[in-house]
Amino acid sequence: MAARIQIPREARRGEVIEVRILIQHPMETGYRHDDVGHLIKRNVINVLSCRYNGVEVFRADLSSGISANPYVQFYTVAEASGDLEFNWIDDEGQRGSERQPIVVKG
Amino acid sequence: MRRARPRLVLAAAALAAGVALAQERAIPPGELKSGSAFLGSDLRALQNDDFANPGMLWVERGEKLWREPAGKRSIACAGCHTDQSMRGVAASYPRIDKASGKLFNLERRVNWCRGARMGAEPLRYESEELLALTAYIARQSLGLPIVTRIDGAARAHFETGRASYHLRRGQMNLSCAHCHDAQWGKRLLSETISQGHPNAYPAYRMEWQTMGSLERRLRACLSGIRAEMLPYGSQEYLDLELFLGWRAQGLPIETPGVRR
Repeated sequence: MAARIQIPREARRGEVIEVRILIQHPMETGYRHDDVGHLIKRNVINVLSCRYNGVEVFRADLSSGISANPYVQFYTVAEASGDLEFNWIDDEGQRGSERQPIVVKG
Repeated sequence: MRRARPRLVLAAAALAAGVALAQERAIPPGELKSGSAFLGSDLRALQNDDFANPGMLWVERGEKLWREPAGKRSIACAGCHTDQSMRGVAASYPRIDKASGKLFNLERRVNWCRGARMGAEPLRYESEELLALTAYIARQSLGLPIVTRIDGAARAHFETGRASYHLRRGQMNLSCAHCHDAQWGKRLLSETISQGHPNAYPAYRMEWQTMGSLERRLRACLSGIRAEMLPYGSQEYLDLELFLGWRAQGLPIETPGVRR
């Protein structure tokens, strides 16, 4: 599962930073039928979480109401240099993970 | 003076041809509007946001594929083509392939390269790989105007494409021109009818919840007027794509566009 993450490369300590993530995923609702009439099984990313230096700073429970290739944006406070680590899992048990470093000054 | 005369005549003929061509256009160049002009501000903003535009997922994948060796000869696209040489390429497609004299769109060109140069299997139409590669190639022409050549061997394809564009089809007995030349800007249920330009394709459509080629969009239109959909890669689509390119001459490439 491909994903794109955007956070500032550098921030001042205490600064509120914008975190953006875009994940490639069909977010299959479970209500659609294929060309021959069979129901397509529901498969959505159900949990997306973000840890900042090991501490969870964001968690979202997604459901079938979220469109394909979900885009999520949230804010957190830059406290120390380190990594933001994103983890998500879909109904089929497929896991995705991405990591992005940030340098905090001051 | 005598020598100058044939040139003058030629110039006059060219001018007349130019005027005739300009008169053939249902939408004059000054009134051309990209499909994005008919979107709501939210979708327009999404398209212009290089990060959040979902089509960029395909562009990124395309860049990876571009640099990945493939096929029996294990060469990558990037093994022959430099990034600089790809700028503007997509804006000139569909175009005549010099070697075969056939009309190629980007999809056909990619598959031709894979077969003849790389010894690789062709990519299926609407496959994630082909969408990714064509999106990446088109992205490199971002902002450049469409330049479609309809001279020489392309002329016959252009005429067929034009005929195809004006052909009434399906249960609704509509041609492309009935909506996109005569009624653009008006409402069709909740939608505003666009001018039907190809400059944002491959594009991410909300209705599809994914990326799709121009041919997929053409098929969607045909389905909408309850006409028979032709198979992907058929010559009629290709000729029509050439005509659409000429019709949109000068509009900037927007790939990956975001559409309703």
